[in-house]
Amino acid sequence: MSFTLNVNGTTHAVEVDGDTPLLWVLRDVIGLTGTKFGCGIAMCGACTVHLDGMAVRACVTPVETVGTAAVTTIEAIGATDEGARVQKAWLDEEVVQCGYCQSGQIMSAAALLAVNPSPSDADIDAVMAGNICRCGTYPRIPAAIKQAATELASGEGR
Amino acid sequence: MSFLNRLIEVVVVSMATGTVVAGTILLGLGVGAADPTAPQAAVTRPLKSVAEFSSIAETGARSRALFTEAAKVITDPRCMNCHPANRTPTQGDDMHTHVPFIDAGASGIGERGVVCTSCHRSENTPLAGSRLRSIPGATPWLLAPASMSWQGLTLGGICRQLKDPARNGDRTMAEILQHLATDHLVGWAWHPGEGRRPAPGTQREFGALVAAWIDTGAECPE
Ligand code: FES
Ligand code: FES
Repeated sequence: MSFTLNVNGTTHAVEVDGDTPLLWVLRDVIGLTGTKFGCGIAMCGACTVHLDGMAVRACVTPVETVGTAAVTTIEAIGATDEGARVQKAWLDEEVVQCGYCQSGQIMSAAALLAVNPSPSDADIDAVMAGNICRCGTYPRIPAAIKQAATELASGEGR
Repeated sequence: MSFLNRLIEVVVVSMATGTVVAGTILLGLGVGAADPTAPQAAVTRPLKSVAEFSSIAETGARSRALFTEAAKVITDPRCMNCHPANRTPTQGDDMHTHVPFIDAGASGIGERGVVCTSCHRSENTPLAGSRLRSIPGATPWLLAPASMSWQGLTLGGICRQLKDPARNGDRTMAEILQHLATDHLVGWAWHPGEGRRPAPGTQREFGALVAAWIDTGAECPE
């Protein structure tokens, strides 16, 4: 079946089965490999992308359910204010270890800050609990989110 | 055997000496997850019909017996998992804590930034190559309000809560019947997606038991 997807502001016509997970359309058909496969069953968060700004797990999102929603991936999140602040804070805090989970971590963090610009520790835990990191970068993630929130509030950093 | 299943096996073996929590985080599969080698046939767990209670002469006793039968559905994990004691859903037939951890908040749809619909769609989503056969879904997909938490209550406690407008969403008994007998999300319990055991009986049989319970005075067990 043919689908027309709006990914990172660009229109892509793809020819895939409707139940193909968005993750595989992004990676294998469109060639955006920044979004990672971890578990395929909505338990690790590595495949997190945004649909109209909301974080979703691309591994359990059949492409036929995407419709006209704007898909944003790690490749373009830096074009948003929150995404740019999060990426800078990630570098400043040296969050990344192997990096495999980090596309998903950043996408979840950006989605959080978009709706909750000054999250509490509990807010951060509630949202980021769905993103697993085998390298154990957990202490640095909330620190970076806090930094990004502070910079967003003050307008610095970008 | 798929790559993922091989991966899971390796992880399970390597986690054999690990903690239960770590194992749960990695797999999130309780006894509710179907054995992939098991046949597909659904386990049928019938409900007694209303007529089978007609031999109970005393109306109050009949009402309590009807509720107790209907409660086979109410206390089934397909229903209980989204009526938890706190704001975190449970999953599987062993009703383990939802993986990933979710705080459904006051809204019942998740905290700002990660909501139920980050993973749950308007229908069950089949999964390929996993012991977890599907991600459940329906519209709306949300947790019951805090006032309607069931886990940890006795049957009598659940029964009294169902009847209490202060806790049941200000519903009349007719509205309670309508909700239980016809609501789409309640109905999901009988169409829970591959790898999940449906609630006993059918929604129609369940509705008939609830109607008969209300007709007989909606008495509650202790
Ligand atoms: S790959 Fe989608 S949540 Fe793990
Ligand atoms: S940085 Fe390696 S898995 Fe998270």
